[in-house]
Amino acid sequence: MGLVVAMIGLSSFAVAYSPRSIIAFLLFQASILLLYFAQIPRWLKRSLAFVSLGILMPMLGTINGYYLEVATQVGIFVALALGLNIVVGLAGLLDLGYVAFYAVGAYTWAIFGSPQAGKFISASVAHFPLAGGWFFVFLILGVVVAAIFGILLGLPVLRLRGDYLAIVTLGFGEVIRVLANNLDKPINLTNGPQGITPISRPPLFFQPLLSALGIHASPIVLYPLYLYALVLLIVGVVILVNRRLEDSHIGRAWEAIREDEVAAQAMGVPLVRMKLLAFACGASFAGVMGVIFSAKQVFINPESFTFLESIGVLSMVILGGMGSIPGAILGATVVTVLNLQVLKGMSLWLNSLRNAGVTILGYNLANLPTQLEPAKYERMIFGIILVLMMIYRPQGILPARRRSRELGGSK
Amino acid sequence: MGTLLETRVITKRFGGLTALNQVDFQLEEGQIASIIGPNGAGKTTLFNVLTGIYQPEEGEATFKGRSILGLRPDQITALGICRTFQNIRLFANMTVVENVLVGMHSRVSLSLGAVLGRGRRFHEEEARLGSRASTLLEVVGLAAKTNELAKNLPYGEQRRLELARALGSTPMILLLDEPTAGMTQGEARSLMALLRRLIQEYELTILLIEHNMRVVMEVSDRVTVLDYGEKIAEGNSSEVQKDPRVIEAYLGRKRWGKATDAADA
Repeated sequence: MGLVVAMIGLSSFAVAYSPRSIIAFLLFQASILLLYFAQIPRWLKRSLAFVSLGILMPMLGTINGYYLEVATQVGIFVALALGLNIVVGLAGLLDLGYVAFYAVGAYTWAIFGSPQAGKFISASVAHFPLAGGWFFVFLILGVVVAAIFGILLGLPVLRLRGDYLAIVTLGFGEVIRVLANNLDKPINLTNGPQGITPISRPPLFFQPLLSALGIHASPIVLYPLYLYALVLLIVGVVILVNRRLEDSHIGRAWEAIREDEVAAQAMGVPLVRMKLLAFACGASFAGVMGVIFSAKQVFINPESFTFLESIGVLSMVILGGMGSIPGAILGATVVTVLNLQVLKGMSLWLNSLRNAGVTILGYNLANLPTQLEPAKYERMIFGIILVLMMIYRPQGILPARRRSRELGGSK
Repeated sequence: MGTLLETRVITKRFGGLTALNQVDFQLEEGQIASIIGPNGAGKTTLFNVLTGIYQPEEGEATFKGRSILGLRPDQITALGICRTFQNIRLFANMTVVENVLVGMHSRVSLSLGAVLGRGRRFHEEEARLGSRASTLLEVVGLAAKTNELAKNLPYGEQRRLELARALGSTPMILLLDEPTAGMTQGEARSLMALLRRLIQEYELTILLIEHNMRVVMEVSDRVTVLDYGEKIAEGNSSEVQKDPRVIEAYLGRKRWGKATDAADA
């Protein structure tokens, strides 16, 4: 345990000392992962996790704002991966259009939290954008609306399995994106490809309190911290909900459906209700994160919700380990960090080598043709990693572990 | 003792093939009844009709006087009819006890709110389910394998786990599709002893599909013979064994042999 504490302390110190070093930040992340595996009492683990994520991370974030952005994005994707994990990992329903629910959540707040709604609702009814406080109402509303869309998708695909289901969900994802792209006429709901901006952010209701404490921070500094805290809180709730669902008759019914639909139904599992519940639960997590995403970005357009995003979230779930909550969390973190930091950092580094005209094996990198620009390899390396993973560890990084049950019976 | 399950002129067709042709059938409470017949006679089809997997074209099926046609399989299970499968269909990647717990799904009375809230009711219910599951696993002799994956069990134990899973739904009628398939004569005998015990302990009624004639003739109170989707004979074991149509169905036209040997086919 001393090792874990030392590593967290050291790595956060390293990040503070050299805020631009990606390696220092990666070390910090690795130490949190180490914390997960450490054989220490649960209360200690939880408090250490709280200290590192709830206190150290925001502090590091004030030193290098980009890290906070990365952490917030990781949080958003963790929630998305956990939502998709219910649908794909537990219930075994391959969903290739998952990002649609994220879009639904994002547009729910974007339309009403910006002047956009004023374009189709008369000013005598309500004035738009709605006050920032409504954001919190819309967090709930995002959950509800996305869940309804989840059920809407679920109803027509109840009888489909495997490949057929995948194709229909893929279509559904595209339909939502295309709708967002084209619903600027006849009534301008989504403002089409131009997207919606500016989207209100939640009010800084705690600012008077901070001033009273003698802390004067500008919204520019506060908002990233605030959004990070919100994301962290919601991820916490999502994990809790996920664990409780998984370890209940509902979770068992989902897994039974994944294993053998016919047998599950013959054993009394109502297929329709359970599948719709899986779609609705998965969608609702994406919905709530969509609301936060739109507030964070201030601007959204259909480009943020492409098919590639759905695949990205799916790859997080598969890379982490299908049906495993820690797996989905780790998968989301690894893929996000890989995309935002490691691969970016590597291509930046290669580029700097190239610009400096470094010679490797007698070849001057400055002569490298532009087609072979390192930035173009990012996706390829990511792809290679995926392929290697699937060959050598198809069950994922942290595959689902079967819980041993201590049976209370036969007393 | 009354009639628990009854079908009248059930007909099920698959395209041009008539898998069941106007089958009348009654199952009396507290009995062990068997359905026998050559391969393709429509035995499993009858099971699938009774458990809601297939809907018949004609006829009526009632459970305790109430029609069960048009109900979904899970609704029929909730009413009290549960089954096992000919080709074992366990939830392979779930543990032994989880399989039994899934079988109890229709007897769980917890709302989504109760699951998310994890109040006292949730814990009480989970404890109740857990203790019932362990009792059932003891009954079928799998208590030592509680936390093993279902797919890692040997064949005979998988069959017994399927039985425990079906019992999890506290059925009144248990439909067993070839429960002794692939078992030795000894294993089959001990399974039958278990079934007799279950009838006593859980007030069960059992309907079997079996090919093992020794087992069938030993345990059955009543035997129904199907051939090409039609019921060709019905009665107690000795009556059925003597029936010329049964002998014909199993061996073709009578030219040789005695019925007792024939039935062992």
